Amino acid sequence: MLVTAICLTLIVFFLTNLYPNLEKLAKTQGNFRMDDAEVQSWLDANGYGQPMLVKYGQWLGVLPGWTRQTEAGVTGRCWRGTASAEEAAQAPKFCGILQGDWGFSTVFKDEVSRIVGIRLTLTAKLMFWVLVLMVPSALIIGVLAGMREGSRTDRTLSTISILTTATPEYVSGVIFIAVFSSSAVGLKWFKGTATSAMEDANFNNFFLPVLTIALYGMGYIARMTRASMTEVMTAQYIRTARLKGVSFPGIVLRHALRNALIAPFTVIMLQFPWLLNGVVITEVLFNYKGFGWLLVQAAGNNDIELLLAVSVVSVVVVLVTQLISDIGYVYLNPRIRIS
Amino acid sequence: MEPLGTVEIIWRILWQFTPVWIALAILYSASIAFKRRLGLYGKLFDSPIGMIGFAIVMFWVFTGIFGAMDLIVTHDALAQASGMKNKVPGTRLRGAAEGAYQWYLLGGDNLARDVFSRMVKGAWVVVQIAPLATLFAFMVGITLGLPAGYYGGRLDTVLSFLANLILAFPVILLFYLLVTPEIVVTGVPNYMAAVLFVFPIVFTAVLLNSRFHTQPRFRNPLLAGVLGVMIWLYLSLISTNGYLVNTPSISIPALPRIVDLFDVPGGILVVFVSVVFVNSPTVFRIVRGLTMDIKTRDYVAAAQTRGEGPWYIMLWEILPNARGPLIVDFCLRIGYTTILLGTLGFFGLGLPPESPDWGSTINEGRKLLSIYLHPALPPALALLSLVLGLNLLADGLREESLKD
Repeated sequence: MLVTAICLTLIVFFLTNLYPNLEKLAKTQGNFRMDDAEVQSWLDANGYGQPMLVKYGQWLGVLPGWTRQTEAGVTGRCWRGTASAEEAAQAPKFCGILQGDWGFSTVFKDEVSRIVGIRLTLTAKLMFWVLVLMVPSALIIGVLAGMREGSRTDRTLSTISILTTATPEYVSGVIFIAVFSSSAVGLKWFKGTATSAMEDANFNNFFLPVLTIALYGMGYIARMTRASMTEVMTAQYIRTARLKGVSFPGIVLRHALRNALIAPFTVIMLQFPWLLNGVVITEVLFNYKGFGWLLVQAAGNNDIELLLAVSVVSVVVVLVTQLISDIGYVYLNPRIRIS
Repeated sequence: MEPLGTVEIIWRILWQFTPVWIALAILYSASIAFKRRLGLYGKLFDSPIGMIGFAIVMFWVFTGIFGAMDLIVTHDALAQASGMKNKVPGTRLRGAAEGAYQWYLLGGDNLARDVFSRMVKGAWVVVQIAPLATLFAFMVGITLGLPAGYYGGRLDTVLSFLANLILAFPVILLFYLLVTPEIVVTGVPNYMAAVLFVFPIVFTAVLLNSRFHTQPRFRNPLLAGVLGVMIWLYLSLISTNGYLVNTPSISIPALPRIVDLFDVPGGILVVFVSVVFVNSPTVFRIVRGLTMDIKTRDYVAAAQTRGEGPWYIMLWEILPNARGPLIVDFCLRIGYTTILLGTLGFFGLGLPPESPDWGSTINEGRKLLSIYLHPALPPALALLSLVLGLNLLADGLREESLKD
């Protein structure tokens, strides 16, 4: 897991530090009319001119940050601007993510850790409501459909879940905005942007983005639940319970449900990386300035340290959910737990 | 100049699609007439869900093909007509030339282009890229997944690690890293194209060699012919203007321009490569899982006792028996690729901004969505229906293949 994280950040680091990207960064930070020599000197002055692995080591915090003697004083990685020699001597030598220093965003002119923190909280709020909406409704749809395979309920619900999996967020979001919030249709039930939901989320401005994300994942989880439910309903012990005279709701609730929910649990956990995708699209579409919006901003402007932090966070989210899904699978499934 | 009424717009749109209806009618009557002789494809026509899905998919395929032949479109997808900016569906064109189509059937977008024609042209972009990209992803996934599942051990560990590495990336981050103009300048996508497009050649070579290596007299000309054509195609695919990569710092010569069969426009190649790259690890995992399951079967043991080579067993014993789930996944994956293409367009990555593909059109249309609905909705609904059709088709195929 650690190896995966290191490899991934190294790839991101490599791709963001390719020369054309650095050139673009120099030109946006300095001056758009810089020639090649000026770009090179700007890069050297700001520590981008070093070999790639050295820079990576500094970012990670295993190599000492660069310092550079200039006429005005000392510049370096571990402090902002120029400092005198004494100040430079007092500043910490190592400043990478191992020391908790995530760097400085060139676009937002702020500490990366603070930006990421703020945006993550906003996205966490969004995700919380997505899960609140998505998981129960997906499980209910799946269980209802899988209860009696081939019945009319099953056919209807299965078609609905196929429809939702076929609708990517940018399509459903556009349709929702068009139907529920545009002045052309005139319903105007909800707001078409979620910018105001960042401070004060209410049903009116927050429901559409939540629904948009939830809908895409919902169909998939519902289908998984249905598949595992139909399988459980044909098992021997269900027939035994039925022959004993247990009522149908009793069978479903007491005997089938618990065993049928093992598979969907793994699926829900593995949905997180996909949800992350949906979050990016939906936040851009509804202009909700959360983590996904941050990713787009960082990537679009080649804000190297911000982009690295964003990818570290998303990779950690993915890996942690994989771990939880493994552990939860063992915990829920007695056959594996005991053996 | 009254705009057309709703009924007339619908009628006229249906009329524009005439070639598609004819093609669909021919295809369906032929398929239903001979369905007993057509194997799995014929059985598809026994399940209503599969038939509906297949009809939707083929509708868009025919639309794409005929649209590219300029049969369905009413106007040039890139041409702007004066006074047609954001006009509602059915608006009559002001001062249209004699013989030109008189209406914008689905209105004009914010650059006064015909929404209907752009939607039809967008179908062609998808029909061109999505199936081919999925096929390439399958080639990569199968070529790596079979040995990983069959041999296991260290090879499996390394390949699985790499696949999980790619899978742990959020797709959009990967797109942003790979498809920006700055990265394209460095030639990274070209290198990736050069690596990824080798896999179909390797796959075919191993496939034919493992089958016919006992008859060298037949195998040698066969391999030489097939591989010759494929390598030629491969070189023409990856080389543009005589170079593999041509940047100020580095340039690698490839096929000279005279023998270069075709040039893929830069944007499309990058999009193609990134979509293949994102899809192949998932295919790899599926193939690997299936191989690990199937290699314990008796017929594999029988082939081993017979003394068949490992590649023969993988490609001619295991792969055909894994075809059911793979075909189903192929359909689903084309749908997913379509969604990915739309995502790329939605973020304005890869394809040029004036390109009529559905994602870009949705992205342009969404900015004015609260006032004008008509530029964004047709491509959105088109994408939705195509992916839905592919999902239904996969469902129908799954049902029918389970009946065997």
